[in-house]
Amino acid sequence: MNAFHLLSELTVFVLAVFVGLEVISKVPATLHTPLMSATNAIHGIVLVGALLVAVVATPTLGPVLSVLVVFLASLNVFGGYVVTGRMLAMFKARPAPPPKPASTEAAKP
Amino acid sequence: MPETATGSSTQLWIDVAYLVTGVCFIMGLRYMSSPKTARLGNTISIGGMAIALLATAILLDWSRAFWIALVGVGAGAALGIYAARSVKMTAMPQMVAIYNGCGGGAAAMVATAEFLKSNPQTSPVPFDLAITSVLTAIIGSISFTGSIIAFLKLQEVMSGRPIVYPGQQVVNGLLALVAVASVVLVTIGIDTVPAFFAALASALVLGVLFVLPIGGADMPVIISLLNSFTGLAAALTGFALGNNVLIISGALVGASGTLLTLMMGKAMNRSVANVLFGAFGTLQTTEAGPAGSTGSGTVRESSVDDVATMLAYARQVIIVPGYGMAVAQAQHSVRELADQLEKKGVVVKYAIHPVAGRMPGHMNVLLAEANVPYEALFDMDDINPEFPNTDVALVIGANDVTNPDARTVKSSPIYGMPILDVDKAKQVVVLKRSMKPGFAGIDNPLYELPNTSMLFGDAKASIDKLVGAVKAL
Repeated sequence: MNAFHLLSELTVFVLAVFVGLEVISKVPATLHTPLMSATNAIHGIVLVGALLVAVVATPTLGPVLSVLVVFLASLNVFGGYVVTGRMLAMFKARPAPPPKPASTEAAKP
Repeated sequence: MPETATGSSTQLWIDVAYLVTGVCFIMGLRYMSSPKTARLGNTISIGGMAIALLATAILLDWSRAFWIALVGVGAGAALGIYAARSVKMTAMPQMVAIYNGCGGGAAAMVATAEFLKSNPQTSPVPFDLAITSVLTAIIGSISFTGSIIAFLKLQEVMSGRPIVYPGQQVVNGLLALVAVASVVLVTIGIDTVPAFFAALASALVLGVLFVLPIGGADMPVIISLLNSFTGLAAALTGFALGNNVLIISGALVGASGTLLTLMMGKAMNRSVANVLFGAFGTLQTTEAGPAGSTGSGTVRESSVDDVATMLAYARQVIIVPGYGMAVAQAQHSVRELADQLEKKGVVVKYAIHPVAGRMPGHMNVLLAEANVPYEALFDMDDINPEFPNTDVALVIGANDVTNPDARTVKSSPIYGMPILDVDKAKQVVVLKRSMKPGFAGIDNPLYELPNTSMLFGDAKASIDKLVGAVKAL
């Protein structure tokens, strides 16, 4: 752990921020809610951190808080992805031809 | 890096797996840019998450603590999946808020654990660990309690109106000062442990207090902001743990959340700082009485048959949905009404204000659920020029986003917010439960215009009646 180490991590962070801005600026308003939900699920990655501090021989936080931290992060991951999935399920191809003729092209995902 | 019994070559492969996860998340978000590939994007994202979790499982010491993972993940997955499956679509915003809070809380706890593990009582904490862990604790805590308040407000356990008290800004300012002072103390190594917990405690209280004065109309901005907070907290956790996958994923979320927040602020013509601190806070919040008591003008009430005739003989109808449609679960009925009108040769379009509802795109999701083709949905800028050529603007439970005061009345709290120009349509029909003002607590002069007529009642019930009446014509 030193300044160089911190700087290399900072490099990764800054580049990821730019990638994030670039990728997300292209998302249409229609998908803003699912997008927010999707990014909400992605920060559930904190479950990796939760497991790393909780599932060890002698957890620093003690058994009860260790279970709690893993529980909270799991809620974020699983709940987040299921909510996103439910939102996106509504954008799937429409079976019956709706009144608008234009929507037939949307039949193929 | 966590010191475990596993060798460095294992660590290498785990880092490769984390890299794959990072790429999956980026590709997943990229596929979210089109409705056609969005579901594939979500699947890729889930795959990335699974890879990261499996790789992490190799690192863990399963001998004595497997039950912690079993109980924690088991209970979290069961409750998370159950709740997410069983809630109504209209309750999605608060689901996102609460899961976001869980992530923030977890990040704060991970940072606290990592900080305490370095034995701060006996030995000085390395600078990089000190600064990243205390910042994670603060940001994660604000996101945790802030999201809980947002959840309670959206669930209507708490009033959605701004909660204000004298000296609010001063109290928040002092709490922020405590947090900043604690960060300084932790990083320079004076009274490290008490300072760390002072930072944690002040942030937990600050999270509650900073969401309390924010009204329902601003909730989309706040959920988005808290989402980016949790992302940032996750990234900082990655710094504290020396874990790249956390840094990359957290940075992606932090960046997207910030961009969304700014986009929403722009849509309301308000800076994010103004949303947070200006709020609708200092306003009067007098409860309006029953129909007709809102002001000097008179409100014209209409009947189902009148409205049905007006709609059926229109050339073009623009439907303006708002939170009222979500609450009444009226989206399917709206679609049915549009179908009936189209059968009679009426052109039906939908006008979507960027902040209608409680989340960006809230209306789009609900209308998509009802199979409304997304080609029929129009953004504010595209639809506004069409209102003067529109025979009927049908406003369904939308209030503040149609308030003409935003254009002209400087003293109005929503002055300057771009609105849908429904008042320029030849006829305006407003479906509303009562004359109560919207979530922002402001009266809407639209209702008193000569070309406006009101149809009171539950949105779904009213539209179902309209469908029947239009069919009968």
